Amino acid sequence: MAKIESSFLDLDYLDSLAYRDSPIHRLDPRIKLITTLLFIVCVVSFGKHELSALLPFAIYPVALLLLAKLPPGYILRKILLVAPFALGIGVFNPLFDRATLLHIGSLEISGGWISFASLMLRFVLTVSAALILVACTGFDSLCLALARLGVPSVFVVQLLLLYRYLFVLTDEAVRLARARSQRSFGRRGMELPVIASLLAQLLLRTLDRAQRVYLAMQCRGFDGELRLLRPLRIGTTDVAFLVGCTTALLGLRFADQIPALGNAIGGLLSS
Amino acid sequence: MHMADALISPLVGGVMWAATAGITAYGARRLKAGGDDRVVPLMGVLGAFIFAAQMINFSIPGTGSSGHLGGGMILSILLGPYAAFLAMASVLTVQALFFADGGLLALGCNIFNLAFLPCFVAYPLIYRTIVGAHASEKRVRAASILAAIVGLQLGALAVVLETLFSEVSELPFSTFLLLMLPIHLAIGIVEGLLTAAVVTFVGKARPGAWAAAPTVAPLPGSGRLLARWLLLTAITGGLLSWFASTRLDGLEWAIFHSSGREALSAPATDAHSLAAALQERTAVLPDYSLPPAADRSDAGEVAATGGEEEEQWPDVNLATSFSGLLGATLSMLLAGLLGFILLRLRQRH
Repeated sequence: MAKIESSFLDLDYLDSLAYRDSPIHRLDPRIKLITTLLFIVCVVSFGKHELSALLPFAIYPVALLLLAKLPPGYILRKILLVAPFALGIGVFNPLFDRATLLHIGSLEISGGWISFASLMLRFVLTVSAALILVACTGFDSLCLALARLGVPSVFVVQLLLLYRYLFVLTDEAVRLARARSQRSFGRRGMELPVIASLLAQLLLRTLDRAQRVYLAMQCRGFDGELRLLRPLRIGTTDVAFLVGCTTALLGLRFADQIPALGNAIGGLLSS
Repeated sequence: MHMADALISPLVGGVMWAATAGITAYGARRLKAGGDDRVVPLMGVLGAFIFAAQMINFSIPGTGSSGHLGGGMILSILLGPYAAFLAMASVLTVQALFFADGGLLALGCNIFNLAFLPCFVAYPLIYRTIVGAHASEKRVRAASILAAIVGLQLGALAVVLETLFSEVSELPFSTFLLLMLPIHLAIGIVEGLLTAAVVTFVGKARPGAWAAAPTVAPLPGSGRLLARWLLLTAITGGLLSWFASTRLDGLEWAIFHSSGREALSAPATDAHSLAAALQERTAVLPDYSLPPAADRSDAGEVAATGGEEEEQWPDVNLATSFSGLLGATLSMLLAGLLGFILLRLRQRH
């Protein structure tokens, strides 16, 4: 139970990071959203055996992490927490693809291991980019950005309401689960009928709460729309960031930079 | 069950994004046309309920593992397919953003697998058909279980297909299917049992609860519109991926196998060839390999012109690996150095 509570404390913490102040935090949320998506598309667009060309992309999350003053250990822990699914699928690659692709001395490395490493690298890159986006933007601003980018308002309102009541209802669920675990020992009291009635109680309370929320919103003139009053403005810094990131990302994607880099350094060494 | 960004290709992600964006816009329009704004807070709070319900685990008898409520089916029963789809989509969006459970690019796939399939396929075709007009407890139970199973099986199948089309995993189709379907059969049975138990309990405790929940009836002809739209998406996606796999990946595959490199940089312009010439002259590791031995001197040209000499492909020599590794290490060092400099700058402020 302690685990669940702490994971939700975590959720709160991730959003609280958005209240810090840094050049990255001050960027327009739309710009950050678009850049993050571009980054993810660039990373996953490589072939499955590509490893070396993916590595330079690590610059983007590292730079953002530091510029936005986010705690790297925390982000890393969150990445590790969700790694099992990608790991579970990727781990079959070395079993099925045994053709040797790379020699390091006498050590032969099969294509499967390379594609596995590539997959995990992509996983770390994409997940960290998404987490950094939330940590330096905040959920409300992201929803605002979505609304301005043309996402239907019903969906944006849904996201905002969901996020608002998430904490209330998870607190309630945690209280229910704690009460149950204090009245039963080991796995007793974890049977389906018990849980079903717990969930049903929670559902009934939720329906009542929805009714109260609706009435309260009606009293305040709710007409099916939430009006977000925060102004959004794209300034020169935002444009510069977008142009810079786009150029850098597309450059990394399409230039064959690794051998070029290797060659350049090699050239320096030999001259 | 949640697809990750790393497991899909941009093409698959893009097609699924387009599909779910279309369905979301359609669902939002349908909901607005319904004109009942009572559904707005209800959707929001019920979406939060799904999160909360997933925190209460229960033990599956005889296995030692535990399961929890999935969400798509119970939301559909409570809210009707349109509102349930939007609520489920919002749950998945929050999971992607805050828990990194499924990625941003994979969000389209996840919404399709875990929201569209249960809400628009399993619910109307299975649940509504079995329950019919007069909902008895037995029917509700059977319908919930069956619909949850079918929804999850379809979702698992979709995960397999999306991974397959993305060509990232080496898992053969049948093996992957055999891994995914039985697991999700078990999960589906458990979810179905739980859904049925909750639905019947609420029905008994408060008989009016289901009737009170606002439902949005589909307008006549809307099903056909949706079907047509889906068909269009499927055809576009299929054509695009076929084209991409025959033209691009096939080519890359051949080049890859013949030269041991993923792609060849094409010196198309003068600037390119000038840079290449400069590189050739200055580099210790020209073109990724040590100065070629006499017997393989034309390997580079062969790969560049046609790439058909299959027998050469495992012949990736030490130098190729070495310059690849060198480049990779250098870029890692560069990233680290940049981080270090930024850290220093930050500390000085």
